[in-house]
Parts: sequence; structure tokens; C-alpha cells
Amino acid sequence: MKGEKDDRRINCREALHRVYDFLDGEITPERRDQIARHLDKCAPCLKAFGFETEIRRLVADRCRDKVPEELRTRIAAVIDHEHKNGASAGGVTEGAEL
Amino acid sequence: MADQANFAEDTTGFMDSLYTAALRMTRSPSDAQDLVQETYLKAYRGYGGFEAGTNLKAWLYRILTNTFINSYRSRKRHPEETELDDVEELYLFRRMSGRDGSIGRSAEDEALDWITDDEVKGALESLPESFRMTVLLADVEGFSYKEIADIMEVPIGTVMSRLHRGRRALEKALHDFGVARGFVAAQ
Repeated sequence: MKGEKDDRRINCREALHRVYDFLDGEITPERRDQIARHLDKCAPCLKAFGFETEIRRLVADRCRDKVPEELRTRIAAVIDHEHKNGASAGGVTEGAEL
Repeated sequence: MADQANFAEDTTGFMDSLYTAALRMTRSPSDAQDLVQETYLKAYRGYGGFEAGTNLKAWLYRILTNTFINSYRSRKRHPEETELDDVEELYLFRRMSGRDGSIGRSAEDEALDWITDDEVKGALESLPESFRMTVLLADVEGFSYKEIADIMEVPIGTVMSRLHRGRRALEKALHDFGVARGFVAAQ
């Protein structure tokens, strides 16, 4: 919170510039803490981070499709066919157990 | 080594997400089906070479991506598009925020409720291919930068730069849908 004199303060521009790295968790712990401290004190930035989080959720949730059942069936048939014809290729007999 | 006899059981759980990715990559349901089928066949043939216990999902995505790049892209005769206009940071947020920083009257988690599934898919599909695939792998499938770098065989720095630019362009595409439908004020 306070104390920790060597903690550098970052400004809004620096915080917002790293919004993606922060949300991706692809950031050093030190940098993450700096941003978190900034967000504790800066409501507009917190709002922007919240908004970007929502966009991320939107993209993750709304971009999903289900495989058509006939494709599942077709793939199973193709693999089965490959298994019957391609067993001599080596993979099956050499397959090690986990 | 992985056992080919377990292939179907091991991989069936990834089929929906591979198909989703294939749809976004090819932008065509019939091409997507062919791509997923080819991916599974190649994966089956190569399963003996997959090291059991390592990241199976990333391995399957790498086959999907390679197959797409090698056969589908060249088939369409258009080279990789890399052009993408630079879009500023927080593009959509800045345009949906009032001067006081509030997003209209709604909370952040309701501010985007107007966006339909088809618009999210359309926005993603509007990105040039390398950006589209990178954003898809990160934001839909949740792969790490390192995993994406391995799947797409590019340096991590390239992944980061494509993600940054691609996400901003995605926000602009969503914004344009919002303007067209009257949910976001035009400039």
C-alpha cells in the first residue's frame, strides 16, 4: 500500500499501454504490482481495464461453434479406414503405453 | 510416445474448438470441415510421434495451422495479407465513454450487450489472416504467447505485436458494427 519507497509510480499512459500484457498475465510480477497499485488509485484506468476484460470475455464466449454431427461421424470413419489400411505403417504396433 | 489406439479418445474433446478455429481461418463451413478432417487424419498418422503428456491441444493446433497455411491459403491463391491499418489503443472504450469516463449509463459488463455472436465472429474474420489467427489462439483458445509462437512458428515478439494490433483492429470492427446499428455514436 504505502511505504516501499523504491516502488516506481507509473502514470495512466504507461498503465494503459500494458493493458493487454496485464490481462494476458504475460508480465513480470513487478510490473503487474505497479499496474495494480495504479488501478487502486485511478478510477478511469480501472474502468478501461474492466472494459477490455469484458471485450476479452465477449470474444472468448461468442466465437464458439459446434462440430456438425456428420463431420464427427466422417472423421471417425476416416480414422477407422486409416487404421485398417495403415496398420503396417508402424505407429500402432510401436505405440508405447503412457 | 502416444498410443494410436487411444487417439480418438484423446482428441475428440478438441474437435469443437478446432472446428471453431477452422471456421474463422477459412471463413467457409465446407472448407472448415475439410480442414478439420485433414487435421485429424494427419494427427492420427503422426500420433506415434507425439510425446504423450505434452500439450496435445497445441500439437493439434499446430497441425491445423500448418495444414491451413500449406493447402488452403495457396489454394485460394492469395498470399498472406499483412496490411492492417494502425488503430489507437482502447479504440472502442474511448468512443463509448462519456467525457467523465463513464460508459453511458451502463456498467462495463452491460456496455457490450448489444453485440451479437455473428458480429464478434465477423469482426474477428475481418482481420488479415496472421492477425486473425493470433487473436483467435490467444483470446478464444487461451494459448500463451509462447504456445502461439510455437504453433505459428514465429518469434514471441511477433506474436505480441500481432496481438496488440489485431485486438485494436478488432475493437474498431466492433465499433463499426455498433455505429451501423446505432448503438455507438459516430464521430
